[in-house]
Amino acid sequence: MNDKPILRYNANERTNHWIVAILFIFAGLSGLALFHPALFWLSHLFGGGPWTRILHPFLGVAMFVFFLGLVFRFWRANFISGNDRLWLRRIDRVMRNEEEGVPPIGKYNPGQKLLFWTLLICMLILLLSGIVIWRAWFSQYFDIGAIRLATLLHALAAFVLVLSIIVHIYAGIWIKGSVSAMLHGWVSRAWAKKHHELWYREVTREDPPGPRTSKKG
Amino acid sequence: MASQDIIARSATTTPPPSIRQQEEVAKLIDTTKCIGCKACQVACSEWNELRDEVGHSYGTYDNPHDLSAETWTLMRFTEHENTDGNLEWLIRKDGCMHCADPGCLKACPSPGAIIKHANGIVDFNQDHCIGCGYCITGCPFNIPRISQKDHKAYKCTLCSDRVAVGLEPACVKTCPTGAIVFGSKEDMKEHAAERIVDLKSRGFDNAGLYDPDGVGGTHVMYVLHHADSPKLYAGLPDQPVISPLVGLWKGVSKPLALLAMGAAVLAGFFHYVRIGPQRVEEDEHPAPPDTSVHVVDPAVHVFDPGQPGAQGEERP
Repeated sequence: MNDKPILRYNANERTNHWIVAILFIFAGLSGLALFHPALFWLSHLFGGGPWTRILHPFLGVAMFVFFLGLVFRFWRANFISGNDRLWLRRIDRVMRNEEEGVPPIGKYNPGQKLLFWTLLICMLILLLSGIVIWRAWFSQYFDIGAIRLATLLHALAAFVLVLSIIVHIYAGIWIKGSVSAMLHGWVSRAWAKKHHELWYREVTREDPPGPRTSKKG
Repeated sequence: MASQDIIARSATTTPPPSIRQQEEVAKLIDTTKCIGCKACQVACSEWNELRDEVGHSYGTYDNPHDLSAETWTLMRFTEHENTDGNLEWLIRKDGCMHCADPGCLKACPSPGAIIKHANGIVDFNQDHCIGCGYCITGCPFNIPRISQKDHKAYKCTLCSDRVAVGLEPACVKTCPTGAIVFGSKEDMKEHAAERIVDLKSRGFDNAGLYDPDGVGGTHVMYVLHHADSPKLYAGLPDQPVISPLVGLWKGVSKPLALLAMGAAVLAGFFHYVRIGPQRVEEDEHPAPPDTSVHVVDPAVHVFDPGQPGAQGEERP
């Protein structure tokens, strides 16, 4: 056993994540500017209403493309499996920072896995509906009924996406060590063991075995 | 028109100026008197300084083919065979209906880009228009068009500049048969009622006024020979309403969604305040590295007399 930190995200994964995050902020703020009059002032961040309208779809498409990069990197680790259902049933204990009865989980906890699939579905809906309502290029190819439905779905998917990202950001603030894992890539062994024990066991399997006293059966 | 006359404003959640009492105006288009001369199209183009590009013929009298950012009104021609086997040529002057409950205004996200005047005229303010096209999504009559030159939305203004100084719209002034008339909405309804009596006496039993309730009534109304079937007239909607999808999109769902997003942020904040962060505790650190023995064959029993309890240790 040693206390060498573990690399959780390599430089490419971290870069990809933060490109998506930055694009989400810009696409989200420009979208919220058009979402409700109370937030129209956000359009000033982008140089006014017309610029907001021009930029928003490009930001959204870029976000989708880079998000696909994250999907290809991480989808395999995001299938619900093993202890995940039990973990989800014990979500109330997780929320209270209790560890008694919360089963060990892999690289991602079921909350993260559900977030992954929710984001993917939202992004797909946003892309497809966004193309239909992209007036400058594509709307002329669609019937008014399709445009109305796409407009509604776009707002709905955006709402679910924003809500999911609020949860995602708060989880990062709540679970100390996770933001730095995404910033510089490394987590301590204690962090890995506490939050993702199955993954910890997996990545330390090749390590020389430590003293028996520190191992659990 | 004066700013006091603006009684509804897009993307605005507080009450607009509402102290003025003004008589509502209306344009009445009598399709039964229309000869399809298109003088109204020319007058519109002249007064509003609009010059649409010369398009192509698609084998009908419709010219140009469709409304555009530079064509705010258009005669639409329909050949209809009635029950007696006779051909009727139904000609409808298409353009903005100036709804009392405008779908475009409801859908518009830009404050003040669409306004409704106390006299009923619905006007676009291109200075505030951002070019998103939501007005097209909201309109039950398929009227607004985005210009490919400047990406702003345009449509008939009911000549709000002329009406403001007591003139009739340009199309009304030019109509050679008196098929288009303009005045107070009450007077126009009265005039229409007289026309309908006349039409019924001539055998058009279904003659009637088109002033659809679904959009709160309109400030452009039609006298139709076949008011029982408006869709005969180049697809004039029978029961126009703001689409329920648009109503759901722009209605109560958005303030609720905003509330939910705000509540999610607050819930996170108070979770942090009440339950607090999850840190890796010091005593949870794994034991410091043991440098004594690194690789032990499981078959080998290690006995270190210097380590208490080593002998009795159980295998996991």
